[in-house]
Amino acid sequence: MKKSNEPFWWALFGAGGTLSAFFIPILLFLYGLAFPLGWLAEPSYEELRSLLASPITKLFLFALIFLSLFHWAHRFRFTLYDGLQVKHLNELIAVICYGGALFGTLAAGWILFI
Amino acid sequence: MKFFKPDQYVIYYKGYPKLYIRVKPIFWWLKKWSSFFFILREMTSLAVGFYAIVLILMINAINQGPEAYAEFQTWLKSPISMALHLLALALALYHSITWFNLAPKAMVIQIGTNKVPGFIISGLNYGAWVALSALLGWFLLN
Repeated sequence: MKKSNEPFWWALFGAGGTLSAFFIPILLFLYGLAFPLGWLAEPSYEELRSLLASPITKLFLFALIFLSLFHWAHRFRFTLYDGLQVKHLNELIAVICYGGALFGTLAAGWILFI
Repeated sequence: MKFFKPDQYVIYYKGYPKLYIRVKPIFWWLKKWSSFFFILREMTSLAVGFYAIVLILMINAINQGPEAYAEFQTWLKSPISMALHLLALALALYHSITWFNLAPKAMVIQIGTNKVPGFIISGLNYGAWVALSALLGWFLLN
């Protein structure tokens, strides 16, 4: 049997799916809708700055962004492949999806830790 | 409608009377509700990816200082951002629900010789979702 990378990508997909299922709805609701629309009192810039200074916040956000991006990459790759029947571009799509996720992960690491 | 019909191309080769090649149309999944919900579930990854990028932009804006963050907030309040966030929230909720419903298939837990029933595993996931959301919401609002 041919050796395959699929279990590796699937593990990232699974971890990202779980983490995003638990945390994205509440974060998106608060920061994307409730605060901008004034339903809830917005945190001040200083509060956010000190929240972001904590290593726990940094690690949490890094894990969430990294795994969510690879979850997207894997699932979207197969959406294009099976759903939209773009089978002839399989390799190009894989490179763009995983490459994009890697780029985003590096960007997140850069702005969080460096 | 051309998009919904399977296209049949007829190809003539020397020696073959007729060769049919069937091509699945690109919107095949709009014909049945079940396949529509399947593709909708797969499309939730766009919301997950979108929000990961929003988080990156938000962290970057906070790092750059109060002015950059104020500019980011102005963008958050724009109609385009509102529409994108609303759509993304709907898809993100659909992702969570379908993910927890499938959890029993991904993790089979046995106690002795008995399998833990699926609804208990899903139920625990839903419970954890509510608890974690409440905890995180409480922490961020205090």
